[in-house]
Amino acid sequence: MSDADPSGESPPTDRDYAEWLDALADGEGFALACPDGHGSLPPRRVCPECGSPDLSREPLRETGTVETYSVVHVPSPRFADDAPYATAVVDFGPTRLTGIVRGDDPDGDAAPEVAIGDAVTAAVGERATDGERLVVFRPAADRSPDE
Amino acid sequence: MTEVRVAGVGLTPFGSHPERTGRDLFGEAALRAFEDAAVDRADVEELNYGNFMGALAEHQGHQAPLMAEAAGVRCPATRYESACASAGVAVREAVRTVAAGDADVVLAGGMERMTNLPTAEVTEGLAIAADDLFEVRAGVTFPGAYALMANAYFDAYGGSREDLAHVASKNHANAVPNEYAQYRKEVSVAEAMDAPPVAEPLHLYDACPITDGASALVLVSAEYAERNDLDASVAVTGTGQGTDRMALGDRDRLARTPAADDAADAAYADAGVEASDVDVAEVHDCFTIAEVLALESLGLFEPGEGISAAREGVTTADGDLPVNLSGGLKAKGHPVGATGGSQIAELTRLLRGDHPNSEHVPDAEVGVAHNAGGTVASAVVHVLEVAE
Repeated sequence: MSDADPSGESPPTDRDYAEWLDALADGEGFALACPDGHGSLPPRRVCPECGSPDLSREPLRETGTVETYSVVHVPSPRFADDAPYATAVVDFGPTRLTGIVRGDDPDGDAAPEVAIGDAVTAAVGERATDGERLVVFRPAADRSPDE
Repeated sequence: MTEVRVAGVGLTPFGSHPERTGRDLFGEAALRAFEDAAVDRADVEELNYGNFMGALAEHQGHQAPLMAEAAGVRCPATRYESACASAGVAVREAVRTVAAGDADVVLAGGMERMTNLPTAEVTEGLAIAADDLFEVRAGVTFPGAYALMANAYFDAYGGSREDLAHVASKNHANAVPNEYAQYRKEVSVAEAMDAPPVAEPLHLYDACPITDGASALVLVSAEYAERNDLDASVAVTGTGQGTDRMALGDRDRLARTPAADDAADAAYADAGVEASDVDVAEVHDCFTIAEVLALESLGLFEPGEGISAAREGVTTADGDLPVNLSGGLKAKGHPVGATGGSQIAELTRLLRGDHPNSEHVPDAEVGVAHNAGGTVASAVVHVLEVAE
């Protein structure tokens, strides 16, 4: 977790989410999957689709496909310095992820150039506004989604 | 089952009332509902009250007892929260309570106070109706979420920003004669197209405004209405509710709203009507695309065909199936925790013949109200019919 924010308030602790982000940042992003193949994201005790308690970690595909996106011009205060930014829902196989799309340059500004069907990879970046971690998508090098 | 009648409805003017407390707003709506109903306050057996963000906006939790005081009733009072469907679920439980014979008179409705907060804080407040971990932290705003659905819809079925601009223009035109509406002014398709972007493809006139307001309904059993010689000509004949996965990305399809499909199916079955029987509808158009999704979930249009309904004049005031004659959330305003009650109040007035837009539906007998929470992770549908 990040240090206390400038206002002096301690950020809320989300243990399982933080662990999941750590894994994504290490290139080991995963979803939880039940025996029937339903994917979900932590924290979970049971599969949200069928209630199975038998959940295992399944790696996310390296490359996902943009299913929809929007360029947000009016942000919430926590994204004040990030706007305009492109947010997208991306299919990574066992589950979809929602995050913001940035350009090829890892240090570049938000690059809201995106289209449905684009191939992207998922990583962890920082919010420009306050440095908080978030899911970031970048164009996939080979431009061809898995499968 | 006991038939449920709408004995009276009350609304505050929707708009900007930053200096008025929530208790004052709901008190006004309840006062008007009792005047309309001619029901003795002492007969009220329950208060079902909807509110979404009162803890943020007013630093006021535990609002139900406060609202019972404001309404001048002394009975069990409960606050219902289901984001923008808060009043819808409050009304639904009132309907079920009366239908089951557990009470003869229930006061139901809701209130939201929003304009006392800066716009950025309202944006933040509304965003908490989404999944905090996997949506809000990923930059999804409330308009942004519906923008994601709009682009998914365009990709699946076609359609354009101009189609959505026709929805905005239609609903603004409907609001002009409505004394309770926040924006009683026409907006042309060209003006809507030229407005600044909020979350593309949605622009300013695709979005509902930030609104203060309250709604109240006095619901009674048909036996109580008869016993007390009430003028309660409209019945709530069907109620249904649906729930979907919270995060948009976890849904099977991004351009459909299955929770509303489920709510509509249940409400139609409860009422014993079909979509083809519906004469008039009030639907949850927090954004223009939301009206399109609602029309398709309600079975009034096939998937992919709702997008052109306003442009082709089917859902305009003079069309075959007028939708949002109140002005909708879009132009009448959207005090989120009050909206589900206000839709039923407006539909009741339309069916009774005392709404400024009743002239457009003189022979209407069946109306449907569709209220949604979040990106339709929650949905409530009610069927109203002229009973006599």
